[in-house]
Amino acid sequence: MNKRCGYIKSVLGNMITVSVKENIIQNEVGYVFCGKERLMSEVIRVSGDTAFMQVFEDTKGVSVGNKVEFSGKMISVRLGPGLLGAVYDGLQNPLFSLAEKFGFFLARGEKLGALDEKKKWAFTPILKSGDKVSKAKVLGSVQEGMFEHRIMVPFDLEDEYEITSIAKAGEYTIDEEIVKIKDSKGEESSLTMVFDWPIKIPIDVYRQKLIPEETLITKARIIDTLFPVAKGGTFCIPGPFGAGKTVLQQLTSRYAEVDIVIIAACGERAGEVVETLREFPKITDPRTGKSLMERTIIICNTSSMPVAAREASVYTAATLGEYYRQMGLNVLLLADSTSRWAQAMREVSGRLEEIPGEEAYPAYLESRIAEFYERAGLVDLGDGQRGSLTIGGTVSPAGGNFEEPVTQSTLKVVGAFHGLSRERSNARKFPSIDPLESWSRYVSIVDPDKLQKAKEVLGAGNEVNQMMKVVGEEGTSIDDFLLYLKADFIDSVYLQQNGFDKVDAATNSQRQKHVFGKLHDILVKEFVFESKAKAREDFYKLRQLVIDWNYKEWDTKEFKQQEDVIDAFIDAHDKEKIAG
Amino acid sequence: MRKVHNRILSIAGNVVTVKASDVAYEELAEVRTSRGKSLAQVIKLEGDIVSLQVFSGSRGISTDNEIRFLGHPMKVAFSENMLGRIFDGSGQPRDNGPDLTDNLIEIAGPSVNPAKRIIPERMIRTNIPMIDVFNSLVVSQKLPIFSVSGEPYNELLARIAMQAEVDMIILGGIGLKYDQYMYFKNTLEEGGALNRSILFVHTASDPIVEGLMVPDLSLAVAEKFALSGKDVLVLLSDMTNFSDALKEIAITMEQVPSNRGYPGDLYSQLARRYEKAVDFEGAGSITTLAVTTMPGDDVTHPVPDNTGYITEGQFYLRGGRIEPFGSLSRLKQQVNDKTRKDHRAIMDGMIQLYAQYKETEEKRAMGFRMGDWDQKLLKYGVLFESQMMDLSVKISLEDALDKGWQILAECFSPQETNFRSDLIDEFWPKDKVEAKE
Repeated sequence: MNKRCGYIKSVLGNMITVSVKENIIQNEVGYVFCGKERLMSEVIRVSGDTAFMQVFEDTKGVSVGNKVEFSGKMISVRLGPGLLGAVYDGLQNPLFSLAEKFGFFLARGEKLGALDEKKKWAFTPILKSGDKVSKAKVLGSVQEGMFEHRIMVPFDLEDEYEITSIAKAGEYTIDEEIVKIKDSKGEESSLTMVFDWPIKIPIDVYRQKLIPEETLITKARIIDTLFPVAKGGTFCIPGPFGAGKTVLQQLTSRYAEVDIVIIAACGERAGEVVETLREFPKITDPRTGKSLMERTIIICNTSSMPVAAREASVYTAATLGEYYRQMGLNVLLLADSTSRWAQAMREVSGRLEEIPGEEAYPAYLESRIAEFYERAGLVDLGDGQRGSLTIGGTVSPAGGNFEEPVTQSTLKVVGAFHGLSRERSNARKFPSIDPLESWSRYVSIVDPDKLQKAKEVLGAGNEVNQMMKVVGEEGTSIDDFLLYLKADFIDSVYLQQNGFDKVDAATNSQRQKHVFGKLHDILVKEFVFESKAKAREDFYKLRQLVIDWNYKEWDTKEFKQQEDVIDAFIDAHDKEKIAG
Repeated sequence: MRKVHNRILSIAGNVVTVKASDVAYEELAEVRTSRGKSLAQVIKLEGDIVSLQVFSGSRGISTDNEIRFLGHPMKVAFSENMLGRIFDGSGQPRDNGPDLTDNLIEIAGPSVNPAKRIIPERMIRTNIPMIDVFNSLVVSQKLPIFSVSGEPYNELLARIAMQAEVDMIILGGIGLKYDQYMYFKNTLEEGGALNRSILFVHTASDPIVEGLMVPDLSLAVAEKFALSGKDVLVLLSDMTNFSDALKEIAITMEQVPSNRGYPGDLYSQLARRYEKAVDFEGAGSITTLAVTTMPGDDVTHPVPDNTGYITEGQFYLRGGRIEPFGSLSRLKQQVNDKTRKDHRAIMDGMIQLYAQYKETEEKRAMGFRMGDWDQKLLKYGVLFESQMMDLSVKISLEDALDKGWQILAECFSPQETNFRSDLIDEFWPKDKVEAKE
């Protein structure tokens, strides 16, 4: 078959224009011939017989007149067993295999297969010859680590098919034929365990999308109790540099109660990904007893890697997430940072000489962000099972100011907002999620009335604190002062969490419910103190007791003992009151 | 022999266009003008119209000047002979020494595979207490020095160049004032550090385009030395000038500006340079310190703001000292538990007391009466500033820690400092304990 070709007319940065005599497909992939190298690129605009293409590599050395060969396919990822535990760049090149082959540097134009072609997988068929199938129908399965990986009819086969042959249970590589199908016209085709899917097209082979209801337990108290995230929901974490965005995401990726975590390190520091790359294989997942890496996929397109691939990386991550959702699993996608992704769009838009919107971001910024978050969701797969994809993105607003286009566009479409504040991070209060500004539309794990009460105390306590800065402690009534103490108390012992302590770093949902119940009782309790100094002293003591409690392992004797100490301390106040 | 073109179509800013074919993107060309030869780099190809940015600027270029394409992108020599030498922003000698043309390497090479990076764990000693004790510098770290014009940031860089325990120094000057350039050169020469240094210097009077090349030249050479096993410290001053040069070219090329006139890819441009910092497993390393002056002392200005998102912490240089508040080495936790066991305690404890001193100092300035404790803090603050924070202090980490205990003992009793008792027992100066009792 003759491939369609074009010739380069102009080069500016990573943007080229190509003159093509034949037809051009929007978003199709082409390869630029540059000496021996083949540079992957994508059509992003067509005008007459000119294709505007962004190149996923450095364009040094490319000349006018160079040949570009078109593939007819959109940028796709390979879906099949072996994705879990992998570390890819934004275009699904396996970084560890590249390192083995090419050493320290990411050689230009080099590609490797995303999945291991030699590994054999134990395939178990579910269907038999003669069965009728259509896209996404489960043919059989292989065991991938701790999950049953469903082998499905490729999602782009639109016809009704009949199985003419299916492989017996046994070991196969991903390239071996396992099924033969016949379409309605009687034409036969063969299927393997893998297929490709274009990353910019959402996978929608489920029966229907449902409203996210169940809370996704992240084990961060301030999130699960105050600003929860739902399975299949979306959330964003904006914050200035140094406020702890990345640490918060690292903790979430470790402790969240989901089946699979996909980390998209998009345009951020390489050093931070390295920590995940090197640490995760060593950490055991407490729920499964296996290495954390077995449930993780890392898409890593750090700040110095080509910008166009950075733009693709979040789509790659979303596609992999949707694929595993289709197996009835709960997937969490963490993108750090969506601002870098938006900046990548801005760079491309600038080179296309589009009319700029606010801060030179393209006018379609908002719809692109909305499209991305809309790929999240809880879905009914049609066979009685459900799967979910939850998406959380960090935002790095310029100057830490939330009134900028990326933060604002994101806030419009997400279900929860975890705003990090520099004030809190400077005061070493972590996680530095601002309890007064953040919000969530999802259901908390604790009783809503009790939660409302806690939020009221936090708000009122903050007002008293502001007032005290003006009138001083002397000018504050003892009732107001108590409110301030209570707010400060709940902030210190519940909202803040020590991410470096083994126990305190992750609080499960029963424990959150239990502890929050106790704290609520303290919040609504009417304390009587003879002086502010005494009130402060006692609350500081109580604070210390509860912080110590936080470090005791859940459901142990020590936990119960500490709880008794706290109860006794509170009871003592009742007795004092009666005596007084 | 490549074809010579002598028909320049347009001259705007530092960019000229010429009609030519078979030219590669980012290829170099030589322009011969009445003022001599200058290098130029292809920055845009549009059909057979080639846009070139001329390193020495477009002043005096005539439309019939000769342009000869060299057939390769920007390269720089790499050899041991470069040590002790000084080059300009296009890689030519500026010290009257011989031209180096052997072993040319390409600049701005590909990015390091994240899978090949390792978690940093080696400390670089600078013998500057504010760095070693309070914000340790770590091999492969990238740190900016946020400062404002007029602060002695170049003096600080020069001190680091003299004192840092690394194999070699590469200094990249972008838009340096001539006297600052001479200061660097003389200081390194007198201190005997020039023979382990390579300087790429672009001065404020040089054409602005040449400044753009300096970080890439410095880092390309650093990378080669690092691969051959050397621990290289790259010092850049000043990255705000570099960003301003980017802005100027972008506007000449009629690109849409994003924030305060800077191009939309400022973040990526800066990141590509800073991310060259690396520790090669089984070979050497690159560590980068870069001065970033903040226009109007505003950290939310696009240059420091974008930088802060890229780098692993920052040093603030204010009032001639490295500020203890705000300055942060994000990697210090990786190394400061392996030095001496009182390191972290001194680091936290002294800063907490210094913060209290600052509050007291404010109260004093407002005319409040000073109590006993206030007097102690005031004494402490003065000692801390003169014996620790002053940039001229040059002592090893261990001596600095000892000095820390000395200062504490001079001002406080052990209980007042809130240190762990086992550390007090081991490190509190013995004569001071008796004197107090």
